[in-house]
Amino acid sequence: MLLLQEAAHGAATAAHEASALITSANGFRAVYPWLIVGLPLLGFVLNGLLSVLAARRALPTLPPVGDPYYDHAHDDHGHAAVPARAPALAHASVGATEPSEQEAHDHGTDAHPVDASAARQDAHDLHDAHGHDAHDDHGHDDAHAPAGPKPFTHTLPSLIAPGVLIGAFVLAVLNFLAMKGVEPAHRFALSSGWDWMPVGSLQIAAQLQLDPLSIVMTLIITGVGSLIHIFSIGYMKEDPGYPRYMAYLNLFVFFMLMLVLGSSYPVMFVGWEGVGLCSYLLIGFWFREKANADAGKKAFIVNRIGDFGFLVAMMLLFWNVGRLDFVGVNDALLGGNSGVAFGGALITAIALFFFLGATGKSAQIPLYIWLPDAMAGPTPVSALIHAATMVTAGVYLVARSSVIFTMAPSASLVVALVGALTAIFAASIGLKQWDIKKVLAYSTVSQLGFMFAAVGMGAYVAGVFHLMTHAFFKACLFLGSGAVIHAMHHALHSTHNPADAQDMRNMGGLRKYLPVTFLTMLVSTLAIAGVPPFAGFFSKDEIIGAAWLGAEGHSHLSQAALFGISGRVWMGFIGGTLSIAAFMTAFYMGRMMIYTFFGQNRTGEQERKHLHETDWTLKLPLVVLGLLAVVGGFLNVETEVPIVGAFDFGQGEALHHWLHPVLAGSDDLAAQRVGALPEGAHQAWPIFLAIGIGLGGLALAWALLARRKLATADQQPAYENGVEKALYNKWYVDEFYDRTVVRPVGGLSRLFARFDMGVLDWVVDLFGRLAQLFGVAFGRLQTGQVNTYAFVLIVGVLIVLGSFVAL
Amino acid sequence: MNEMSGIAQVPLSLTLGLSAILFGIGVAGVVVRRNAIVLFMCVELMLNAVNLAFVALSPYAGLQGQIFVFFVIAVAAAEAAVGLAIMIAVFRHRESVDMKNFSLLRW
Repeated sequence: MLLLQEAAHGAATAAHEASALITSANGFRAVYPWLIVGLPLLGFVLNGLLSVLAARRALPTLPPVGDPYYDHAHDDHGHAAVPARAPALAHASVGATEPSEQEAHDHGTDAHPVDASAARQDAHDLHDAHGHDAHDDHGHDDAHAPAGPKPFTHTLPSLIAPGVLIGAFVLAVLNFLAMKGVEPAHRFALSSGWDWMPVGSLQIAAQLQLDPLSIVMTLIITGVGSLIHIFSIGYMKEDPGYPRYMAYLNLFVFFMLMLVLGSSYPVMFVGWEGVGLCSYLLIGFWFREKANADAGKKAFIVNRIGDFGFLVAMMLLFWNVGRLDFVGVNDALLGGNSGVAFGGALITAIALFFFLGATGKSAQIPLYIWLPDAMAGPTPVSALIHAATMVTAGVYLVARSSVIFTMAPSASLVVALVGALTAIFAASIGLKQWDIKKVLAYSTVSQLGFMFAAVGMGAYVAGVFHLMTHAFFKACLFLGSGAVIHAMHHALHSTHNPADAQDMRNMGGLRKYLPVTFLTMLVSTLAIAGVPPFAGFFSKDEIIGAAWLGAEGHSHLSQAALFGISGRVWMGFIGGTLSIAAFMTAFYMGRMMIYTFFGQNRTGEQERKHLHETDWTLKLPLVVLGLLAVVGGFLNVETEVPIVGAFDFGQGEALHHWLHPVLAGSDDLAAQRVGALPEGAHQAWPIFLAIGIGLGGLALAWALLARRKLATADQQPAYENGVEKALYNKWYVDEFYDRTVVRPVGGLSRLFARFDMGVLDWVVDLFGRLAQLFGVAFGRLQTGQVNTYAFVLIVGVLIVLGSFVAL
Repeated sequence: MNEMSGIAQVPLSLTLGLSAILFGIGVAGVVVRRNAIVLFMCVELMLNAVNLAFVALSPYAGLQGQIFVFFVIAVAAAEAAVGLAIMIAVFRHRESVDMKNFSLLRW
């Protein structure tokens, strides 16, 4: 509290309002904030214990009769290679009575021969290699099916994992209500745990910060997270690694909550790294297939590059501002006596390094390449981590650092520009993908680009708003695709068809078989395409509208310049780019829906009988998220905008007002710097354009593709030539990175390895040999004769005494 | 104390010289001789040379030297008792007290 008061005194008059908002002593009473993060952690511990238990139970306890490896395995002097294999072999020979991970995965590899089209693909193009996803019901109808009831290790996680999440969600709602009940100025609470790093002037506390922005994020994470946990029950319960999966998922939520609730950059960084770890663990969840493990590694390594930026930004911040907690940093920067100049090189560098971190985590150019590969993980993971929550951490970071980015207009323009380019680039790739999850993955990258364009242009509310609506409809789409894959996999598996369960060429006409999935995905598609009155329309329109307003000179960035070109031109460019990207979005989403749910079914005669929806755990989350995708947009309706204003049911710009206390500092700063901006009159044409884009994209997709006859993946070739092939192969960016980054780094590391082994190791060995040599030489003095020792002793004493006398 | 008596009458150079000679004999014996019993005797000789030096110096340095001699005698007695016991034990095993036979503690 002392620090806060000090900060309040330090704040200048211009920033006084913002500081007063933050430092009011009688803030609201937070309801057990630590329990929000604590519950998922508890879930992780419990599920982790269960998974360890399950793994141990899968090992044999009695020596199997006639197993030649067994004795070797328990021989202390046994060969190194044998013990590692023995338990698995032994277990297989005994036969499974419980789902064991080793066993089911061994089946998994031969139950899925690589499909024919994969042979034509590039070796590292893992996308067509067959349905990696949904290993769930392997044990179901195999000869080695687990007999009898499932062990408690595979039933308890179904209660624990969603239970703790729902608990956390309830707490988040309670906190939200408590926050809502007080004046906007008092909507702030810090909850200190302990002093984490008290080192000199670096004082970092393990502290949670509840304010309107973090509570919005917390509600999204725990709310959407709960639904996805429920979906995971139905999707993963037959997987032998079920408890491990739930443990990772809980751990992820814990770290994600630390990320958004932490009160300082270091605490945020803990969550930032933690979610990266969980993302790695879950992408490589089915690590028996090398492609999946490689995808996990790729995600992890690419994210490390971004984290380097985050760390550098944090260090620069501490070096120059001396604080790392959000309140302290904001007060120091707004106070104007921090020595950090507005728009200077330093603040620009800090902002750009933070943005580098954000590009890694949120999959923006140039570090977006890991996210499409991350689809190797289970589909609910894609929905939770790689669509709804973790990948939006970068947007949250920029919104949280709004003061920093407002102080660095050129860096903000870079953010917006990168976002817009990512939006159109990823959308173009999404146009020609066959894998249903790949389409959604590139769609996610593209939508994240929209969010970055928004926060880059200073439209923080629009960015957070799109983050929220995107969490609803993209989670719904991913879960819907999961339900489709689940049904497809089940159908293909029941006839031992080796076809790819994720390839849209093998689907078609699924709306008859999966009605609930179809309807919810349809709603979400309309939302993401920007058709009013669905959620995505409002958020996307707000972003593009901000670009047009900026182009007309109504943004504080309009006068800023980047590369000598004024902000107005850039914003116009961004508006145009985003509009084209939005059109592409509508087109590829329409294409995905048409290929998946319309036309003739291409799954096969026998398989068709097995296409059906499963239990409520798969349907309920879809329905809830579908409803949110319908109504989510009404949370923030710009009342002055024509047409959009018609959807104002008294709530108006609710999110805008809600987030105002957090963003007041940067708003004041912008107003103070640029002066009063002319209030932009909202014109009607951008709205008509936006509606036209959404409907036009869908209509074009329908006109071009609905009548098209497709064959299954083994007959219908992948795109063979021209732009289509380039798009299908993702503009060859992976190949480009391979040539320009991966291979040079590999060559360099081989060079260093040679230097290390040839030169450094030689020097180290030299010292070792020298020591050996000395040992052998002086060892001869050790005769074992007492007389010799006495003689040496006496000579030594004489020398010492003699030296005293001589001195 | 004007009246010099006892050891104070003997010139210091003589007593210290005798002490040095005795100590030198002891050292030479320890370095040269191989018989463990003789080694012990030489060690005792060195201790007693030091005792003599303590006593000789006590008129000039105070009474502590004389008291210290008693400690040295006591320790020497203990050492002789333990040392001789070890010697007997070693002899029972090896039938020898020649130090050149005992060189286990070497490289």
